[in-house]
Amino acid sequence: MIDKKKNAKAYWKENLRLLLLLLSIWFLVSYGAGILFRETLDKIQIGGFKLGFWFAQQGSIYIFVILIFVYVKKMNKLDKKYNFDE
Amino acid sequence: MSVQLWTYILVGITFAIYIGIAIWSKASSTKDFYVAGGGVSPLANGMATAADWMSAASFISMAGIISFAGYDGSVYLMGWTGGYVLLALLLAPYLRKFGKFTVPDFIGDRYYSKTARIVAVICALIVSFTYVAGQMRGVGVVFSRFLEVNINTGVIIGMIIVLFYAVLGGMKGITYTQVAQYCVLIFAFMVPAIFISIQMTGNPIPQLGMGSTLNDGSGTYLLDKLNGLSTELGFAEYTSGTKSKIDVFAITLALMVGTAGLPHVIVRFFTVKRVRDARKSAGIALLLIAILYTAAPAVAVFARTNMIETVTNQPYASMPEWFKNWESTGLLQFNDKNNDGKIQYVANEQVNELKIDRDIMVLANPEIAKLPNWVIALVAAGGLAAALSTAAGLLLVISASVSHDLIKKIISPNISEKGELWVARGAATGAVIIAGYFGINPPGFVAAVVALAFGLAAASFFPAIVLGIFYKKMNKEGAIGGMVVGISLMLFYMLKFKFGIFDGGKEAVAELSSEWWFGISPEGFGTVAMVVNFVVAIIILQFTPPPPNEVQEIVEDIRIPNEAGEAVDH
Repeated sequence: MIDKKKNAKAYWKENLRLLLLLLSIWFLVSYGAGILFRETLDKIQIGGFKLGFWFAQQGSIYIFVILIFVYVKKMNKLDKKYNFDE
Repeated sequence: MSVQLWTYILVGITFAIYIGIAIWSKASSTKDFYVAGGGVSPLANGMATAADWMSAASFISMAGIISFAGYDGSVYLMGWTGGYVLLALLLAPYLRKFGKFTVPDFIGDRYYSKTARIVAVICALIVSFTYVAGQMRGVGVVFSRFLEVNINTGVIIGMIIVLFYAVLGGMKGITYTQVAQYCVLIFAFMVPAIFISIQMTGNPIPQLGMGSTLNDGSGTYLLDKLNGLSTELGFAEYTSGTKSKIDVFAITLALMVGTAGLPHVIVRFFTVKRVRDARKSAGIALLLIAILYTAAPAVAVFARTNMIETVTNQPYASMPEWFKNWESTGLLQFNDKNNDGKIQYVANEQVNELKIDRDIMVLANPEIAKLPNWVIALVAAGGLAAALSTAAGLLLVISASVSHDLIKKIISPNISEKGELWVARGAATGAVIIAGYFGINPPGFVAAVVALAFGLAAASFFPAIVLGIFYKKMNKEGAIGGMVVGISLMLFYMLKFKFGIFDGGKEAVAELSSEWWFGISPEGFGTVAMVVNFVVAIIILQFTPPPPNEVQEIVEDIRIPNEAGEAVDH
C-alpha cells in the first residue's frame, strides 16, 4: 500500500514535469511566435509566408497536433514504467 | 444538372445515412444514452469529437471572418485548436478515469456539494443554449440559399432530423452519426479548397498554395498580391491586422481555455474505454480538426483575392449570376453612390458601395471560382453536417443536465433507469423545440453571445475542473466561490461593454471601447474572469476547511490511469 502510494507520487511528479515542458512549447509557438514576437519574425520570409504570420495561422496548429501525440507516447511509456498501464 | 438538383441529391443521401445510423444504434440504457455505452474506439471518438466541435461557425463563418480580418483572424485559428492541447493534457484523461456521465457530475462529486452541482448545471445550460441556437440558424441559412425553401422551413427540417437521432439514439446515435458527418464535412470543405488552390497557384495543397506564387506567370506571391490589393483599397495590410497585441493575446487565451471548458466537448471523453484511449482520441480529434483549420486561412486568402478582383471597378451589369443570387438573400448589397454603374469596393465607408456579409465567403467561394455544380452542392451538405453534428452534441448536454444532474441526482434519486431514460428523451425533445424556436426567432444577441459562450466556459468550468484535479486541497467553498464570481464578472462585462445596458444601450457600445479594462474586448475578457476565478478560489480556500479525506483520495485515484473500470452506473 505504502509502496503504491510512493509509486503514485513519483509517477505524478514525472507527469507534471512532462506537462510543464509541453505547455511551455505550446505557449512559445502560439503566444510567443504568433503574437508577442510576431513583428520580429515577420521580417523573415519563407516562400510567400512571413514567419510570424505563418506561426499564427499555420505553424502553431501543426505543433499543437505534434504536442498531443508526443504526450500520448510519453504517457503510455510512463504508465508502463510505473506499472499503471491498463 | 443544376446546383439545386445536385443539392437535393447530396443532402438527401447524407440525411438518409444519418437516419439509418440512428435506427441501427438505438440506445437501450442510460449508459448508452449518456456515454454511448462507454466503449467507443479512439478513432471513432476522435472523428465524432471533431464533428461535434466543428460547428456551422467553423465551417461557414470562420474562413469568411479571417478573409476580412487577415492576421487578426488568427485568434480563432490558434484559440480553437490550442484548447485541445489543454484538454488532452489537463482534463480528458483524468475526467475519463473519474468515469461518470456529465461535467456537473464531476463538479458535484469532487466538491462534495449539491450547490456546486447546481451551479455547474446552470453554467452548462447557459453555455449550451446560446451555442445551439446559432447552429439551428445555420441550418436555416443553408437550406434557404441552396434549396430555396424558406429559412423557417429549413430550421424545422433540421429539427426533425436532429430530434430523430438524438432522441432515439442518445450519445450512441450521435457518436456514429458524427463519424459520418465528419467525413461529409471535411470532404465538402477540402474539395473546393483544393480546386481553388490549383486554379490560383497550381499547388494542389491549399496550406502550401497560400504561400505560393500566383499561377499567372507574374512570379508574385499570393500573400504579397493580397497585401497590395488591400492597402490599395485602403484596408489594413492583410498579414498585419489592426487589433492591439494585448487583445489578440486575451482573445486567443479565452478561446483556448473556453474550448477546453465546453461541456459538449469534455463529455465526449467519457465515451471511451480507457484513460489511454481518452488521450489518444484527443490527439486524433485535433489532427482531424487541424485539416480544416489549416485549410481555412488558405481559403480565406483565395476567397478574398478572388472577391476583390471580381468586383473592384467592374460594371455592375456584368456581374456573374452568383452575385445576383446572393443579392436576393440580402447578404450582398450594392448601392451605386456615385451613379457610375461600376462597383467601388473600398475601406472608406463614405465611398464604399458594396456590403459583403462575411458568412457568404465559404458558401459563395465555389461559385466565384466557377467550380462545377456538384462541388457547390457538396458545400451545402457539408454546412448542414457541421451544424447538425454540433447541435446534437449540445442537445445531449442539455438533456443530460436535466435528466441526470437535476432529476436523478437532486430531485428524485429513486427514479428507475427506464424512467430516467424517458426523462432524458423528453428533455432532449424539449431542448430541440426551444433551440428551433430560437433558430426561427433569433434574438438579436445570439450571434454576439455565441462568441462569448467561450468566455463564460473559461470563467466558470475550466478553473474548477483544473483545480479539482491538480490541487488536491481545493475545497467546495473555494470552487463554488470561484465559479460564481468568475461567471458573474464575465456576464457583467458582457452586459456593460457588449450590450451597453448600463450606459444607454447598444449605441453606446462603440464609445465604451476606450474604457475596456486593460484594453481587453468582451471577447477576450474570459481570460481575466478565469484568472479572477482562480484567485478567488485560492483565497477562499485559506479561510475554509479542507475537503474530507475521501475526496482527497478520489483525487489521488483519478491521477493514476489503471483500475479505470467502466463508466459505472450509479
